[in-house]
Amino acid sequence: MATFKVNGVEHTVDVEADMPLLWVLRDELGMTGTKFGCGIASCGACTVHVNGSAVRSCVLPVSAVEGQDITTIEGLAQQARTSSTGVGTFTPTSQLSAVQQAWIDHQVPQCGYCQSGMIMAVSSLLASNPNPSDAEIDASINNVCRCGSYPRVRRAIRSITA
Amino acid sequence: MKISRRRFILASAVAGGGLLVGYAATRPSKHRVANNTLASGDEKFVTNFIKIDPDNQITIYVLHSEMGQGIHTALAQMAADELDANWEDVRVEQAPALDLYAASDMINGFAEEYGLPNFLKGMVASLSPAIAGIANLQITGGSASVRYTGQHGMRYAGAAAREMLIQCAAEQWGVAASECTTELSHVQHNASGRSLSYGELTAAAAELEPPSDPQLKDRSQFNIMGKAISRVDIPAKVDGSAEFGMDHHSEDMLYAAIRLAPVFGTKLVSVDASEALQRRGVKRVIELEDSVAVVADNYWRAKEALKLVKSVFESSENDSVSSADIAARFDAELANSDGDKDFELGDAESGLEAAADVIEASYRVPYLAHAPMEPMNCTVHIHDGKADLWTSTQDPLSMRGRVASVAGLSEDDVTHHPSYVGGGFGRRLPFNWNVIDHATKVAMEFDVPVKTVFSREDDMQQDYYRPAVFSNFRGGLDASGNVTTWHNRFTGPIQVPGASHIPYAIANQSIRVVDGETHVPIAAWRSVDHSQQTFFIESFMDELAHRAGRNPYQFRMDLLNGHPRHQRVLRTAAEAAGYGENLPEGHALGLSIQESFGSICAQVAEVSIEANGQPRVHKVTAAIDCGWAVNPDGVESQVESGIIFGLSAALYGEISIENGRVAQNNFPDYEMVRMATTPEIEVHIIESGEALGGLGEPATPPIAAAVTNAIYILTGQRVRELPIRKHKLNPSPSLASV
Repeated sequence: MATFKVNGVEHTVDVEADMPLLWVLRDELGMTGTKFGCGIASCGACTVHVNGSAVRSCVLPVSAVEGQDITTIEGLAQQARTSSTGVGTFTPTSQLSAVQQAWIDHQVPQCGYCQSGMIMAVSSLLASNPNPSDAEIDASINNVCRCGSYPRVRRAIRSITA
Repeated sequence: MKISRRRFILASAVAGGGLLVGYAATRPSKHRVANNTLASGDEKFVTNFIKIDPDNQITIYVLHSEMGQGIHTALAQMAADELDANWEDVRVEQAPALDLYAASDMINGFAEEYGLPNFLKGMVASLSPAIAGIANLQITGGSASVRYTGQHGMRYAGAAAREMLIQCAAEQWGVAASECTTELSHVQHNASGRSLSYGELTAAAAELEPPSDPQLKDRSQFNIMGKAISRVDIPAKVDGSAEFGMDHHSEDMLYAAIRLAPVFGTKLVSVDASEALQRRGVKRVIELEDSVAVVADNYWRAKEALKLVKSVFESSENDSVSSADIAARFDAELANSDGDKDFELGDAESGLEAAADVIEASYRVPYLAHAPMEPMNCTVHIHDGKADLWTSTQDPLSMRGRVASVAGLSEDDVTHHPSYVGGGFGRRLPFNWNVIDHATKVAMEFDVPVKTVFSREDDMQQDYYRPAVFSNFRGGLDASGNVTTWHNRFTGPIQVPGASHIPYAIANQSIRVVDGETHVPIAAWRSVDHSQQTFFIESFMDELAHRAGRNPYQFRMDLLNGHPRHQRVLRTAAEAAGYGENLPEGHALGLSIQESFGSICAQVAEVSIEANGQPRVHKVTAAIDCGWAVNPDGVESQVESGIIFGLSAALYGEISIENGRVAQNNFPDYEMVRMATTPEIEVHIIESGEALGGLGEPATPPIAAAVTNAIYILTGQRVRELPIRKHKLNPSPSLASV
């Protein structure tokens, strides 16, 4: 048994303690916005927030999130709306977070499969460091995008940093 | 061979009084008419791409898969512009996997491009021998969707619908059609100031016979084409709502993890599943001819239980094969065989004999995996003699046919549910069947949906790979340093004709291919043969230039005499990159150019060597002549994407064979360019106004040689084997002058 909140809603699941959060979200709760990419925390497609910080959910045992607040891509706009950090700037017209809106404005996604994780990773970075240097972006955002959206990821980040 | 481009434009009414307009490149069979499930009632039309509702809502059906290349947007732009639609009222739908949405224009286009559509004919024959002709593919590939389906299909459908709407308005008003104009989904009669929306005319238009040869716009008349319109698929890709094949979910579904024979082509001998069957959630362990699958109520449970399954696969003659053995085989083939003709011009043997200087070089590139971000997966639900199928694919029709044939069902009883595709790059084309076949066989054991997922390790080790290719060159120079002879022997197979051919004016050429088949399964990989051949050609051209004491840019420009489009592309990239101007200390520029899939792309890479002996690619300046840009931002996006895809391969990519099987497991063994290693990329689009070229692939081929050509200037080391990471580079004072 594990009890935790996902996007503000409390869930109790009867699963093995070592089942990674990714598979609890996808196969138990049917929340498929969080993606499976590698299973070994290398690519970042499965990134979610645990108490606001980016975590790769494919290697995070569900027992580790007991009582924690999890945000997935489906809840990012809601989180942004209620957050007090800079990145939480909510864009009322689009119902999206500032990062999500920048992703549209700069036409970042291609196939889009990695972008849930990419957006969650960037949102977490900007929440803790609203104006990262290029080196800080490089060090923090090492998600794999096979379509090569990286130049646009950087452009989109730059459009919402000082 | 010239395929006639006879087009049948068709129109019909739909329920609620709307108009459907479509086209077919071949006259459709009754079978296909019967397949039409989108319209009700009157069946006089056979295919449909544009639907106009009475409320003026316009729906455009796109038959190609959206895998990030922006095709839903680009093809809709092409139809909507010819229709003079109001883009705000246009919706885009993925066309279903039905024969009436076969990519017939693309097939015809390929037939023209390559003279003989043998590979496509072969495909069709093996997919569905009962269907004559080459019309039952729905492939997204060959960088072909815009230039064929868009140019020869969607534009005509839009133009035909527009003419029909005008005709209706003109009849209602009692005026000549020539006095009417169209704008923003309305027909106008300016002389009288009257206007009717398309929605008001759609019911009447559905009664008309469509024009057989509607007039297309001049480029000067475009309103929607040529604009950087935001992609229609992107909003769903920023909030998690975009559904990929992997994301199909239902409460009753089961999940399969599978272990395929690690050595390609071997069979399963025995299984001990006793421990796995004790695990929570495990339903069954299924033995197939070449694999064993665990089916559970959660994918992680299936995957964990599979680790406990003990399996024995038969031994084979390939069990001891390594990459070194394959290399020895290729070297022997090249040494002992003169191969089959690919291209011959003049007399290369005499040219080499007469040459003042002969330069020889052997190049090699490894197998590569596609590694799309969405691991291979397929959900099949077999029930009541029918099947439902969810899988991200580059050809829904073929996948539907394959599931039908594996499950022993009629194609009409298999429904493919469309989804976005989490990367294709050739992996999700027909013939790369393994995930489809195994998912279908596993699902046949259940009456609920079963989702079979390849882990990333499975994806890496059970791919159909970009072929490893070796290429041996001999080049002849005369006493003045002019190239007289180009002699190339490479290992095959040739997947796309023409990739080894050169645009350079060299009098004597002999290009021949020897057998390169091994037990490793192969398939098309983004840009197909161009990815290997462009590295070979553009590297060896650079070797010839340096040997001749010539500037590699001017050397190429001179030999491109007679190819003004190539010259303009190369000049544009070189000038934009500041070629010949001062660079930061320790930096050098390398350049490369290739024509593929109807577009010409040149790239200039600015490179330095890091302390660890590896290159740092600072910037890539690209120029591309794709005829003209349907969506300029989409063009830039695809060029950026193609460069990074090719750069990952050039720097890091290698699938190696040990003990008959793939040695790599997951991303750390098969590294990719990431944020920290992404160069600045600058894209220059050349609007030559020539025929539309492709964009999904043409930016991938040039980058490898652009980087290694810069490395040569910095180090004097000629990288003749990829990936670059295998070489220890030593920065040294420039040996080559540019």
